Amino acid sequence: MRFASTLALKNIKRKPGRSVIMILLAAFLAFSIFAGSLVVLSLRNGLASYEARLGADVVVVPYEAQTKGALESILLQGIPGYFYMDESAMEKIRGMEGVEIATPQFYLASAKAGCCSVALQLIGFDPETDFTIQPWIQESYSGTVGYGDVIVGNHVSLPLNHSLTFYNQELRVVAQLDETGTGLDNAVYASMDTVRDVIKNAESLGFRYLGKVSADKAISSVMVKVADGYSTEAVMNDINVHVRKVEATQSKSMISSIAAGLSNVSRIITLLTVMIWILAIVILAVVFVLIANERKKEFAILRIVGASRQMLSRMLLTESALISAVGSVLGVGLAALVAFPFTDLIRTRLNLPYLLPDAGTVAALVLGALLASVLAGSLSSAVSARKLSRNDAGLVLREGA
Amino acid sequence: MELRAENVSRRFFRNSGQANYFYAVKDAALLLTSGSLTEITGRSGSGKSTLLNILAGLLEPTEGRVFLDRVDLYSMADGPRSELRSRCIGVVPQGQTGLHSLTVLENVKLPCLLYGEKLSDASALELLEKVGIADLKDVYPNELSGGEMRRLAIARALVKKPAILLADEPTGDLDDENTQKILRLLRQEADEGTAVLLVTHEREAAAYADRLYRMDGGILAEASAQ
Ligand SMILES: Nc1ncnc2c1ncn2[C@@H]1O[C@H](COP(=O)(O)OP(=O)(O)O)[C@@H](O)[C@H]1O
Ligand SMILES: [Mg+2]
Repeated sequence: MRFASTLALKNIKRKPGRSVIMILLAAFLAFSIFAGSLVVLSLRNGLASYEARLGADVVVVPYEAQTKGALESILLQGIPGYFYMDESAMEKIRGMEGVEIATPQFYLASAKAGCCSVALQLIGFDPETDFTIQPWIQESYSGTVGYGDVIVGNHVSLPLNHSLTFYNQELRVVAQLDETGTGLDNAVYASMDTVRDVIKNAESLGFRYLGKVSADKAISSVMVKVADGYSTEAVMNDINVHVRKVEATQSKSMISSIAAGLSNVSRIITLLTVMIWILAIVILAVVFVLIANERKKEFAILRIVGASRQMLSRMLLTESALISAVGSVLGVGLAALVAFPFTDLIRTRLNLPYLLPDAGTVAALVLGALLASVLAGSLSSAVSARKLSRNDAGLVLREGA
Repeated sequence: MELRAENVSRRFFRNSGQANYFYAVKDAALLLTSGSLTEITGRSGSGKSTLLNILAGLLEPTEGRVFLDRVDLYSMADGPRSELRSRCIGVVPQGQTGLHSLTVLENVKLPCLLYGEKLSDASALELLEKVGIADLKDVYPNELSGGEMRRLAIARALVKKPAILLADEPTGDLDDENTQKILRLLRQEADEGTAVLLVTHEREAAAYADRLYRMDGGILAEASAQ
């Protein structure tokens, strides 16, 4: 029945106002389901990657950093942070029961003054003991991280082999990491030797980040892996009781607060999407019924020239399928136009880890959204199509009809 | 080919109540044969259009049967019956019946397009020529006058050269000159072998008819033969 689509197209063209409204409704459906599920998926993806990157069971930071939530700011949003403690705290932790590994990390952000060629958050690790950053680096870089080498996060736009100055220290970019959807993407990573020297340089340049801690012994946090058979909570409590001026946190609790935020946002998005869908489908169905009434005469004419009831409902379905296909493509396109370029904005607005799914998943999502909204559009016209295909004397032309 | 109605009746319910119905057509018997022009006159509301729709296979009678040659129209499913109507029965309906999304030419070709049949523009134009609206071929129906629209419907009914032609007040909105033209055209169709039914108010139409019926309150009766 090629004629059904020809006639459908002509009907759409000759009634632009009506068609535009229907197309917009379909676009609305497609937009909401695509954008909604993309955001929800990205949030889940982000949480999973954050969980994977955090790696440690217990995270120990100086007391003042914990109260300011400074570590989470660095990890989640990449907000610059400066907090330091003496490495003796780490030595003490290493000696405690149930601690399998304790490894230091160093955080240092560039200053606004003319010390540094670019604005950066530097994260240092100890290659000997690190168990959280190096596995991640190995996913995209197989070489070793030597003195003066930095690995850049996914959102840092520095080319490979680019040289930069950071507190008068020459650094060279040797690799770029995979995306995590967290603040970690905005940082650059270097080994302990490098970072120590940078911190010393900063000190001699007059930046007083360290307070009373000596540059040789300054560390920012301690990542702890709890040995098998020991309770994470017990180890955390032990540290909090026995090590002075630090605060130990279970990373599980850091994640669960994010997970709670995530499930709130997901619930709101899901609810909104469902509401939009119910509303749009009801409106579509009503519009189709109204239109079918208005078009009774048109259908009667088609009957007179030989169309069967089935042909009529097929025409109506073709028309609505065409309209909802156009609308859906429009809606998904628009959602993509909003969702992809504004990924960073969405991330900072939601203040949650946010990592776009891979291309295959996005493609499946596009297809799913198109399919769902075309189906919904056709389904809402099915009501009137069914009415047409039932025996109905009203489909006969009468005077004045 | 012939079209035969055997004691057809059509009941309609009044909106007011369930048991409250009336007959728009009651026990009508009619035979349309190839080569003859049959005319039905009657007051408005007497049931002429209802009968015509029943004959066209568009409205199922509540009693009685309609035969196209040997075929009982209403024993068929809607699909095949519609296909049969498209092939054998041309209908000129009452009222303004151009599809608004098609041009005049496309409207005339509509019965062919519907079943994917090829029809040259030339033969469609020839028909438009015959009914006198060839110069309007690319115009959309909303720009047509009532008379032009009526002639469009006539051309459309003839486009598949049907064996049966059912015309419901085809000259309703036409001036005298065009009325004569259309009546002559219908007569010519009958002479060429079509079975023509003409429902009309025109007095001069009787001169063209082979048989004349009157309809009154749903009852069909032969008026006078010529
Ligand atoms: N679908 C319908 N439902 C109810 N009543 C109808 C319907 N179609 C026609 N009628 C009624 O049947 C009677 C005959 O109508 P109609 O056949 O159109 O008359 P005519 O064509 O002779 O003017 C009228 O009273 C009309 O109101
Ligand atoms: Mg009538």
